[in-house]
Amino acid sequence: MDSESAHWIAALQDSGIGHDDAVGRLHEMLLRIARSELNRRRGSHGLAGPELDDLAYQAAADAVVSITAKLEDFRGESRFTTWAYKFAILEVSSKLGRHYWTRHPTTSLDAEDWERLPDRFGLRPEEYAGQRDLVCAIRDAVDGSLTVKQRAIFVALVVRGIPLDTLVAQTGSTRNAIYKMMFDARRKLRAALVAGGYLEEDG
Amino acid sequence: MTKPIPQQLRHFLQTDPDDVACDEAIRLLHVYAELVASDPGEAATRYPGVAAHLAACGPCGEDFDGLLAAITASEHDDS
Ligand SMILES: [Zn+2]
Repeated sequence: MDSESAHWIAALQDSGIGHDDAVGRLHEMLLRIARSELNRRRGSHGLAGPELDDLAYQAAADAVVSITAKLEDFRGESRFTTWAYKFAILEVSSKLGRHYWTRHPTTSLDAEDWERLPDRFGLRPEEYAGQRDLVCAIRDAVDGSLTVKQRAIFVALVVRGIPLDTLVAQTGSTRNAIYKMMFDARRKLRAALVAGGYLEEDG
Repeated sequence: MTKPIPQQLRHFLQTDPDDVACDEAIRLLHVYAELVASDPGEAATRYPGVAAHLAACGPCGEDFDGLLAAITASEHDDS
């Protein structure tokens, strides 16, 4: 482990005043990281001013709690700061996921707007006219090949464009579980489109 | 005759069997990000499954971009 990282670990494990000081410095550092991460993603969340600052503050505070609880997991495979930044960034993602509904309060939970599907896959309207068969084939495959759960995830993520982290917050599932379910769904849809002659086997 | 499939749809349908999924990619994200910052080629060689996942998973890819930006900015601050 590099000396700066070792210093962080020792200070955070300190039982005296050194601990409080290190926690304070950690929070300050992660607040800076959370703020710049929110700024980097500003195109996708529309937060600014005190609201942005509040979310950055919460993300930093929660990251500090996770880090101090998981110090023993740090094996020195990277600098301590890199490992710590990761917690702040994951907290930013998770909080933005939850924040989605306050930004889109009118989004109905059940609406299935299939008209949006071509757009989701980058089909411009003039192309869509010539690809109507393909869009119908995808919809048929979604209805015919996917399980009920896979279909629900597909509709939420692809048709409705709900961010994965929002779905995590809403369903209490994990990013990993939803990703894997979608991974299998993508394979099935691909196989259905190959079978229908819309896609080459290896294309 | 089949029409060409749009790139975005093709990308969506393409699954990489090496893809390690989110938990494993996030577990290694700090190690991988430092390696990418110093030697991107070596990172992809040593962790092909993480590279495959980050290319396919929007949220993990975004977290990786953020982490890489954070460590790159810190390096600039230090110098
Ligand atoms: Zn992922």
